[in-house]
Amino acid sequence: MDAKAIHEKLAARFGEKIAGVSLEVLEPWVVVASETIAEVAAFVKADPDLRFDNLMCLSGVDYPKEKPPRMEVVYHLYSYTHLHTFVLKVHLPREDPALPTVEGTWSVANWHEREAYDMFGVVFTGHSDLRRILLPDDWEGWPLRKDWVDPEFYNGMRVKPTQQMMERALAGEAIGVGPFDFTPPNRHAGE
Amino acid sequence: MTLATDTTSYGWQVEDLDTDEMILNMGPQHPATHGVLRLELRTDGEVVRGVRPHIGYLHRCFEKHCENVDYAGVIPYTDRMDYVAAMGNSLGYALAVEKLMGIEVSPYLQVVRVIIAELQRIASHCVAVGTYGMDLGAFTPFLHLLRDREKVLDLFEWTCGARLLYNYNWIGGVSHDLPEGFARATRDLLREFDAVTFPELMNLLIGNKIFVKRTAEVGVCSPETAISYDLTGPNIRGSGVPRDIRKDQPYCGYEKYDFAICLGQGQFGPLGSCFDRNLVRALEMAESSKILHQALDALSKMERTPVHEKVPKRAKPPKGEVYFRTEAPRGQLGYYVVSDGATFNPYRVKVKSPCFTAMSVFHVLAKGMMIADIIALIGSLDIVLGEIDR
Repeated sequence: MDAKAIHEKLAARFGEKIAGVSLEVLEPWVVVASETIAEVAAFVKADPDLRFDNLMCLSGVDYPKEKPPRMEVVYHLYSYTHLHTFVLKVHLPREDPALPTVEGTWSVANWHEREAYDMFGVVFTGHSDLRRILLPDDWEGWPLRKDWVDPEFYNGMRVKPTQQMMERALAGEAIGVGPFDFTPPNRHAGE
Repeated sequence: MTLATDTTSYGWQVEDLDTDEMILNMGPQHPATHGVLRLELRTDGEVVRGVRPHIGYLHRCFEKHCENVDYAGVIPYTDRMDYVAAMGNSLGYALAVEKLMGIEVSPYLQVVRVIIAELQRIASHCVAVGTYGMDLGAFTPFLHLLRDREKVLDLFEWTCGARLLYNYNWIGGVSHDLPEGFARATRDLLREFDAVTFPELMNLLIGNKIFVKRTAEVGVCSPETAISYDLTGPNIRGSGVPRDIRKDQPYCGYEKYDFAICLGQGQFGPLGSCFDRNLVRALEMAESSKILHQALDALSKMERTPVHEKVPKRAKPPKGEVYFRTEAPRGQLGYYVVSDGATFNPYRVKVKSPCFTAMSVFHVLAKGMMIADIIALIGSLDIVLGEIDR
């Protein structure tokens, strides 16, 4: 099926829950209301004409400069039966983004959703094991958000050089985690 | 023979033995985990009751880096994801951005890219199959295959000067044209591969009775599980699903080449076992050789075109987004590239790594296995941690 027919089918089934559509782009997509994504996922997988049995990719994207600012979760779907692709998008608020998990439909979503949670702080409600996956368990913050600022310390260790350290480095000095004030003892002081 | 349970002479009874489950950590520094992977095994004696894989030890913030360099600057980073098959990674990224910008490279360059990609597939599968044999105790095939991988790397070094991380496939072209005499050298390599290495591999490793016994009945993955967990490439074809992006959505002119999709047969055990996945890799090397012969024939009839002709001075795609996937040696490698149309940096690059999804099915396949078979399972999925952790 082509993208237009897929959109019509989804619009007929879910009505205004399909909030937006763009078919004249490289990868046609529709925007799905966040609370219905699990139902839409189950539908597109089960429907014999669509049969999207493969979730190729699940990504988070942060758009702080759009009006209103939003977080997107993008589902790239593929059908092993009909060999067609389609894209679903969900728009979320940037504060406390949350949406239902699609883990029950595509098992691979388990890890993809953990990654989106890890990088963007998107909470997938109903997820069986929502932990950080790539970053350490004690990491704070959501690094792939556009307003992310590198922390200065991680577990008490300095991980970001200070301005002073940068200047010393640019001047050609070797820098470590210092600056240390360390003068080696003069072994010949008494001679 | 019945087990003697009368242990009165020892002073204890079988029932007195503790049979608690035990947590066993495997990795992250374990030679058979193919990188820094930690597996938390819940074991009952020798039987694995559950697994929790812990990944992320090699996380290098690839996606964050991409947002801070320009489009061409991403390519060296892609090489460092799947460092065993770096050519395939940069090819996928270059094709994604080209699709976004509407660039189509000349037929000559398409053939060059196919040649490089298929050589890389042979080199990558040499490592995959060779180290798999080594995991299971067969050391000799590993040496033979590494010898042949070395020859492929020599060709790459001759072409672009690097042996592991190439920065070869650029947006709109490649970094260096194939050198004079490349075709003849490649044909020499293929002749030896077809006549010596491949039959040797099939006899020495794949047909080896011990190897078959170790692999043919473990790690069985049904086609439904494989699709649901998005296994791709040789892993899903090992389960008997005939899907290959080179056939289904051809890129770089793959539709012009005559090659077969290799499938697991299940001739020694259930379909989708570790043996089948590994067999598919071995057979794919022969198919790659077939493609290479055809590509070299096509190349000999072509005029050379400048390789930097369509490389943009500074890539700035229009606003939009694309998801492009290619058949990398380890499976479908997808790039989701978003451009805001205003800056020279990608707005977002997300990589769907085939090893990442292959690793996510691990806890399903490993349940109920013996600990020694865990080694066989990891090797058969052919994971590269650089790509999982990115």
